[in-house]
Amino acid sequence: MVDQGSANLDTLENDQPLLVAQSLSKSFGRIAACRDVSFALYPGEVLAIVGESGSGKSTLLQMLSGQLAPSGGHVSYRMRDGVTRDLTTLGEAERRFLFRTDWGFVHQDPAQGLRMAVSAGANVGERLMAVGWNHYGRIRETASDWLTRVEIDVARIDDAPRTYSGGMRQRLQIARNLVTEPRLVFMDEPTGGLDVSVQARLLDLVRSLVAELHLAVIIVTHDLAVARLLSHRVMVMKGGRVIETGLTDQVLDDPREPYTQLLVSSILPP
Amino acid sequence: MTAMIDVADARKTFTMHLQGGIELPVVRGVTFHVYPGECVVLSGPSGAGKSSILKMIFGNYRCDSGRIGIRHRGALVDLAAAEPRQILNIRRSTIGYVSQFLRAVPRVATIDVVAEPLIVNGMARADAQARAGELLHRLNIPERLWQLPPATFSGGEQQRVNIARGFISDLPILLLDEPTASLDAANRAVVVELVAEKKRQGVAMVAIVHDDEIRHLIADRIVDVASFAAAA
Repeated sequence: MVDQGSANLDTLENDQPLLVAQSLSKSFGRIAACRDVSFALYPGEVLAIVGESGSGKSTLLQMLSGQLAPSGGHVSYRMRDGVTRDLTTLGEAERRFLFRTDWGFVHQDPAQGLRMAVSAGANVGERLMAVGWNHYGRIRETASDWLTRVEIDVARIDDAPRTYSGGMRQRLQIARNLVTEPRLVFMDEPTGGLDVSVQARLLDLVRSLVAELHLAVIIVTHDLAVARLLSHRVMVMKGGRVIETGLTDQVLDDPREPYTQLLVSSILPP
Repeated sequence: MTAMIDVADARKTFTMHLQGGIELPVVRGVTFHVYPGECVVLSGPSGAGKSSILKMIFGNYRCDSGRIGIRHRGALVDLAAAEPRQILNIRRSTIGYVSQFLRAVPRVATIDVVAEPLIVNGMARADAQARAGELLHRLNIPERLWQLPPATFSGGEQQRVNIARGFISDLPILLLDEPTASLDAANRAVVVELVAEKKRQGVAMVAIVHDDEIRHLIADRIVDVASFAAAA
């Protein structure tokens, strides 16, 4: 009979969601930026949120990552100790701790996620110090390892990221986020400001790191090619609502909603 | 014997919202099953919906109605109603798909493109690469190309990389969409051999093959897709 391969990828651990959004809504005055969004994200799962600017995808990301209080609904997260907590019940210190340890956030503009005036090594090492590392040699060694993993020449470890190119800055931001081995990383248009050739390299890198580290990722992008390459599942947003959701290749190859068909048909052939 | 694939009354229509909402019926009443160790070839003229049926079995196209029964780890699962996570699990451990074209990831080396399905199922990288090398060798991809990404290869070479990637896993179901289309006679013969080996291992296969000679060599049964024509 046929060997069906190892079954260890469906362990019980993976059958519990890591993050659950329930009926999330956000209004700014009379404007509803985000309406009634619900989903569950599992460990190791990559979810892409796609849509044009103004569709509410960034507002949603802000709420999911606890940076913006929802007008309605809840976000809950299963902490490392296995206890699921509602994000709104976390204190500011707890939320910050989560951000330093179990979460990462990759901004479109690396300057928002890095300290531009301190060295690359310090940018990476800082996250380790925040979780209690204090041995200078080990911090530097781990920082060097991570620079290598994101394909930055270790000879540049003492240079500040303002001397780096856009692509290098973005890779450094990724190293800074991943060094504490988070379980969940939020990404906001991570390839947005980059040249096409630089984008491809970054996407490859992110794709292999995500698989290697078994990361869960919520990525906001307007680029369907990015969604196709990186994500397992996609949510299409329009006017603050999720209008279509499903397996990424299914939604992109067999789009059902008029707006999704428009988005898919607007991709230039490669 | 229990069927590995059990499709019942499946139907597919495309609604083209950008073209004024016109409906394009593709297939209806699609019903057939595939047992372990056999290769069912879908036949019918171009546009009859053969590829669409294959994509429905893989979960790439949705089903409007009907059932796509897949035997996954001993239980029958309706893929048409499965959650995305379950479909991904089924693809990882039950259904392989050899598409007509390789959708390559930009910078990944050929050997890793081929080895990847084994690695995601937990095989050590070195072992997976060794098996990938054997298959690439059988499919006449010279070793000097293995470390290069396949993006710059010729159409035929890319298709052989794609075939190697599709045949490397020990999955119990394999879907083949024109696996021999741009191959020369020698490589077509290798594919015929690979299909025969899969049959001996008990793999259930569904294939689309236009070449009469190849169809003759691999088909245990033929399902005529014209009988599922959706247009009245």
